[in-house]
This record gives sequence, structure tokens and C-alpha cells, in this order.
Amino acid sequence: MLLLDIYSFSTLTSSIDESLNNVMVPWLATLTEFVLVGIVFLLFYALLGLFLVYLERKVCAVIQNRIGPNRVGKWGMFQTIADLIKLLMKELITIKNADKFLFNLAPFIVIIASFMAIAALPFAKGLQAIDLNIGIFYIIAVSSLGVVGILIAGWSSNSKYSLIGAMRSGAQIISYELSVGLSVLAIVIFSGSMQISTIVESQADGWWIFKGHLPALFAFVLYLITATAEINRGPFDLAEAESELTAGFHTEYSGIKFAFFFLAEYMNMFIVAAIATTLFLGGWMPFHIGGWEGFNQIMDYIPSIIWFFGKTFVVIYIIMWFKWTFPRLRIDQLLNLEWKYLLPLNLINTVIISFVVLLGLYFK
Amino acid sequence: MEKNNKFTEFVANAVPYGTLSQGAQFPELTVPAGKIHEAAEALKNYEEQPFDYLVSLTAVDHLEKITMVYHLESTLTHTLIVLKADLEERDNAKIDTVSDLWITAEFHEREVFDLFGIHFNNHPDMRRLFLEDDYGFPLRKDFKDDVNIIEYSN
Amino acid sequence: MSEETIKKIILKEDEDYIINMGPQHPSTHGVLRLEVCLNGERVKYMIPHIGYIHRGMEKMAEFNTYKQVIHLTDRMDYLSAHINNEAVCLAVENALEVEVPERVKYIRAILDELSRIASHNLWWSAFGMDLGALTTFFYGMRDREKVLAIFEESFGSRLLHSFNTPGGLMHDVHPNFRKHTMEFVKYFRKKLPDYKNLLTDNVIFHNRTKGIGVMDKETAINYGVTGPSGRGSGFSCDIRKVAPYGIYEKVVFREILYREGDSFARYKVRMDEMEESLNILEQLVSDMPEEGGFTAKMKPVIKLPEGEYFQRVEAARGEFAVFIVSKGEKYPYRIKFRSPNFSNLFVLSKLAVGGIIADLVATCGSLDLVIPDIDR
Repeated sequence: MLLLDIYSFSTLTSSIDESLNNVMVPWLATLTEFVLVGIVFLLFYALLGLFLVYLERKVCAVIQNRIGPNRVGKWGMFQTIADLIKLLMKELITIKNADKFLFNLAPFIVIIASFMAIAALPFAKGLQAIDLNIGIFYIIAVSSLGVVGILIAGWSSNSKYSLIGAMRSGAQIISYELSVGLSVLAIVIFSGSMQISTIVESQADGWWIFKGHLPALFAFVLYLITATAEINRGPFDLAEAESELTAGFHTEYSGIKFAFFFLAEYMNMFIVAAIATTLFLGGWMPFHIGGWEGFNQIMDYIPSIIWFFGKTFVVIYIIMWFKWTFPRLRIDQLLNLEWKYLLPLNLINTVIISFVVLLGLYFK
Repeated sequence: MEKNNKFTEFVANAVPYGTLSQGAQFPELTVPAGKIHEAAEALKNYEEQPFDYLVSLTAVDHLEKITMVYHLESTLTHTLIVLKADLEERDNAKIDTVSDLWITAEFHEREVFDLFGIHFNNHPDMRRLFLEDDYGFPLRKDFKDDVNIIEYSN
Repeated sequence: MSEETIKKIILKEDEDYIINMGPQHPSTHGVLRLEVCLNGERVKYMIPHIGYIHRGMEKMAEFNTYKQVIHLTDRMDYLSAHINNEAVCLAVENALEVEVPERVKYIRAILDELSRIASHNLWWSAFGMDLGALTTFFYGMRDREKVLAIFEESFGSRLLHSFNTPGGLMHDVHPNFRKHTMEFVKYFRKKLPDYKNLLTDNVIFHNRTKGIGVMDKETAINYGVTGPSGRGSGFSCDIRKVAPYGIYEKVVFREILYREGDSFARYKVRMDEMEESLNILEQLVSDMPEEGGFTAKMKPVIKLPEGEYFQRVEAARGEFAVFIVSKGEKYPYRIKFRSPNFSNLFVLSKLAVGGIIADLVATCGSLDLVIPDIDR
């Protein structure tokens, strides 16, 4: 356990905190810290978004027997940056008779919702902006705000395709919110806390997906399905079903406003994967096997931030894999799946987990 | 051969006003324009081999007359016959629809109406299919296009 | 469609929620406009609007020689261009009573089947896309490329090759034609299981297509729905069997028939047809004579004797027929193309009613419409 502390970010953050407090009055220091954190997150958000777009294009290229972007920079690395510049320079088209205020507001709501959720994610040991005692609850609450933005976008666009897309999205996210919440609740029951740091700490000697027996594995699978639906990605991408609704709720958006929706979609995918990592796959905790001391020590040498991002990208790859192999569901099938299968299964699973925890049947 | 005789017999009984002749490829039945629906119905309800599949419906402008040509196939025996009706009038060309017998005729007739200007009586939806309402009837031989004047010389 | 509905549509009597799918919509595969009236997401009625790319081919053909008309037929159903050419060629050959060499018949049939595979392959790619399975497109295109490579090698063009001419072929095929075709058959046989794994066996795909857009046999016959779409409803309409032309009498093959009549049956017909085409290709390529020339002796100016000629062929999407009225000149007096998609399209407005938009897309995709063939 000591080894882990080498890579802890708390020394770095506390030294910044100390030096700021030395030169400024406390309130100014706190304010400066806020601004610093904000800037760091903005940068992180933008860069990660661009990287995810690049990653998706490469992953889908591999799945589809293609090479993918390969012209801009080495292996097409700067392709998404070129795309971003293109999107920035494009004209912002507003349709006649659209509700201009709401039309312009919607992309910001969507992007802010996903932006707020990152705040509570633990990226590495000691690297978490805010460790709320209801952390996981906060993330779920905030990330579902995005649907408001989508509904506003669909409504204000004055386009029939957008409206249908938004309605579908609303029905879908509200339904799947329940299952996401319940599958998250599974881990909350296991660890007995909603605080994210506690949840991560509780997995120091084994991840919940292994410790929690079958119910936890089951909850993980349910979480992956429902979370994919929650972020409107294939095979649940009904809100922007290309072949049916052209582009769904963002049909009428162009330029940077479209880029906001696009970026938010990819960041939501990251957030969902990060939550899966934190709850089920041990967060930034290294992989340990009980009794194998040598192996465990080698694992400890790998920095926690690599563990976190490594696991997150594995989950992201799985989510991308879904999208590029499955056909899209129909709206009634989608809702049937949730209300008739996933939600009852989740409820039963929650009850089973409660018993498992009460009787102490899981590995401690 | 026996089948052919049977068919000739049937035509003589059910469509006495029609003239049956053996064309180069298929038997051809010519009926007066006013009786087309009656003849078509008889052919469709022919028990031996109901002509239930309308392969093609079109018109040919022979200048002195416009001929409606129906190609009918029986899905039972896969025999094909040609049903024909001559329209004498050019300006006010009219014929009964057969779209109540074969629904596919509804759209073929709309196409013929669009391109030949033949009006189909009792047709449920007699609108032009491809062109605007004030366009001429391009497949008629006397059609002159004022917009795109291309003179062809045969 | 009843008269009342039509009145409603024209007069816009009630405030229906109408969306226009097309002319620029990803799932209509061309400039087709579907005026869809919705109740929620359920389709109340659907009216197709066509004519956006009507080129007046039948009028154009009246001022073109028979050899020139062949080039027009290419541009109708561009995915089975070769088969369309063949219809005109056969009609002219029958009229002149020209006997084409045996070898030409073989080559034509091989090209027919290759076109059919290429066409079904493209349809499979696009159908997957319609249903949101985006990867199918690249798998299908990858294998279609091999067919196009064979075409390109022999004719220099990949899509609209106009290789047929009355009396035979434009020129002889490439010496490697037989070898490469055989290689393709072997290659494609290996790839077909991939298709099955990727889409055919997928549960979501089954849910999206089974029981969707059900068309019974009577409807299929009544609407004149031919080709794989008709055969999915049990309507035996394969012209290769019904009225054999060319070499097809000598070939042993099976007419694929399914009786369910839903989108999945239509899908299965096409998938099985690809396999059946491979069987036909195997027979044809091994039997194809090496010697025998590539064309019969034809006059430089073709004049058809006075009369009417009707020739049907089985194109990739159904029955393609050409009706020629000749007055003994070098131009056809009147030519009528009976294109399969024209008839196949209109059944969509019957099948769509009661389903939701996603079903409309699935049904439209399973009918496999090519718009230039409708508009001509």
C-alpha cells in the first residue's frame, strides 16, 4: 500500500495550495484555485473530447476493415483538430421561426451538464476536484440534466425531425435513468457509501465486479446496457437515428453549436465509462490477486492514473464495439426492453444484493 | 394445343365482341374501348388460368388512333396474353380504368395519363405522376416542346 | 387508398403531422419523396412522390437507334445495367431472328449473375445502414469491389458498361475472365458466413424485420411486385424459370421462395439468391466454350421488321420487360420499359400504414428501390 503513495497527487495539489496561501489572502487563494481547476478541466475536456473522436474513428475503421484518418499528421492524429477548426469557421445557421433564445441555449445546457459531472470523478489517487459525500448521486443527477438541453434543442428548432428526435430522447433517457440508478445502487449497497473516495477505497483488495459475486457482475452488465442507452449511442441512438430522422434533435444545428452536441456526446461516453470504472472496476486501484504478493507489488508500480484511464478506455472500447456491430432498436422495442426486462431484473438484482450484503456472502 | 382451343372457346363465350389473333409472340385480344373493363374482368376471372398479374400497361400513339396495350400473365400457368383497345378520339381520349382489378394499374394508368393524356374513368386518383399540370403530353407523336426545342430528324 | 383520404391529402383538410422523407433523406436512396402522415410515430398514410429525375427515356428512345437505346437502359436500374441491356438485345435478336453464338449466351448469363450478386451485395450493405448497422456497408462494398474489378478488366467500366449489343457483345472478354470469375466464386463463398454472423443472426435485426411490412401473395400479385420482394411473399415470378431466355434453360438452379412475406423473408430471398447465383456461376464458368466468337453477324444498320416485340428478363429487382413497337425503321416507333421498381414502389404505401417510422425505413429498405428505375 505504501508504494501507491509514490504516485499520489495529493502532495502536488497540497503544495500548490500551500504556495498560493502563502502569497495571498485565503479567499483569494481559494478563488484562484477555482479558476485554475476550471481552466485545467476545460483543457482536459476539450483535449479528451478531440481524442475520443479520433479514437472512435480509428476503432470503427478497424472494425470496418478500413484505415481511418491518415492524412493530417502522423496516423491522422491531427484530423480531429482540423475538423474542429473547420467547425469553428462554419456559419451558424438559425432557422426562420426558431425560438432563438432557447435554440442558442440548448447546446450550452447539454455541454454544461456533462462538464459538471467530471468534477466529481476520481482520476487518480488524490486527483479529484470535489469529493462530495453524495458523489455518485451528484454525478447521476447532473448528467441527466443533459436531456433538458436535448428536449429544448428539439423543441426550439422548429423542425419536425428534431421534435421527434427530442421526444424519443426524452422518453428514452427518463426510462433508462431508473435502471442506471438501480445498477449504481448495487455498488452503493456493497460499499455502504455514496462518497466516491470511499467506494474506491473499499476496492483496494479486490474490485467489486470480482468481490461481489454474480450479482455484481450482473449489475455491471445491466449498467453497461443502460448507460449506453442513457448516452444515446448505438444501438440505442434513436434520438439521432440517421436513417430515420436525418440527425434527430441536432438536425438544424451547425458550426460550433453542433460541435458542442458532438463533444458532449463523446464526453458523456467518457463519464459513463469512468463511472463504470469507479464503481465496478476499482477506480484507480491496481489489479490485485489475493495471496500473490509479488504480482500485487508489480501492479502497484503502475501509476494510478494509468490504471484509471486504462480501465476507462477498455469500457469505452466496449461501448464503441456495440455501436459498430449492432443494428438500431425501434423506439417501442427500446422502451419494452427497459420496462419489461431491464427494470424488473434490476429490482430483483437489488434485492438479491441486499441479501448478499446482509448475510455477508461476498468476499471481504 | 388443347389449351389454346379451350382458351379460344372461352374468349368466344365470355368476350364475344373481341377478336382473338395469334401475334408474333403471344395471343392478342382486341376489344372495343368501351368494353375494356368487361373484357379485363372476364380474363381475370377465367377459371382455367386467371390472368391475375398485370405485367405492363401502356399506350401507343399511332397518330390515327391511340392503342392501349395490356400485357397479362396468369400466375398459374405463366401464359401471357396481350389485350388491346383502340381509342379513336385524340383530344378527349377516355377509357375505363382497370385499377379495381389490378391495383398496380392505378399507377401505370397515372403514368399513361401523364404522358399520353388519356383519361381513365372511375380512376380513384387521376393526377399526373411525373410532370406539372400544364405540361403537354410528351409521348404523343404530335408533341412539341416549346421550352427545350430540339429538332430530331429521323 | 380511398377517395376520402386522397381528398384530405389534396385539400389538407385536417391538421395532420406530415413529414417529408426526401427528396434528400438518407434512407430513400435517391430522390424519392415520401409524404408521411404521422400520429405520434405511427404512420397514418404515406404517399410517394416521384418524378424528380424523370428523363423521358421512352421519348428519347424514339429518336435513337436500337444500339443507342441500350445505353439508355443502363441508366435506369444502374445496379443491374447489364441485365437491362440484355432485354433490349434479346428483343432485337428475336425480331430479326438472329441466332447468337452459344458462347455469347454463356458470357451474358455469367455477367447477369455477377451483376445480380453485385446488386444484392450493395442492397445488403445499404439495408444494414438503414437499420443502423453501419459496418455492413463496408463489408458489402469490399466484396462488391471484386465483382466490379472483373467488370473493369473486361469492359473498362465498372457500373454502366453497355457491353451487350444486338447480336452479341461489344468485344471479347479478357483472357483472365474465366479464371477471375472462378476466383471470385471461391472468395465470395468464404465471405457469406461473415454476412450471416454480422447481420442475419442478430437478434435486434430479427426484431426489426420479422413481421414488419407483411405482404401476402395476393397483394404481391395485385400490385405487380416482382423479383426478390415478390418471391418473399411466395409469388413465383422468376423470369429465368417462368419464361427462360438465353442459356437459363440449361442451367440447374432453384427458385428461392419464402412464404412469410415480411421484410425478413425478402431479406432471406436475396441472401439465398446470392448463394444460388454462385451455383449458377460455377456451372456456367465450367461449361463456357473457349471458342465461338463474341457476336453474330449483324447488319451495320439494324431495322426491325414491322410489329410488336415484348421481352422479359429477370433483373436484380424483379421483372424488367421491354415492349418495342416497330414500323420498319431504324428507330423504334414506341418503346416501353416495364421497370420492376415502378410497381414495387407503390406497395410501400400499403405496407407502411400502421407501422412506425422505423418500420417504414425497414420496409422501404427491404423492397430495394432504385429511383432512376422508377422515374425513367
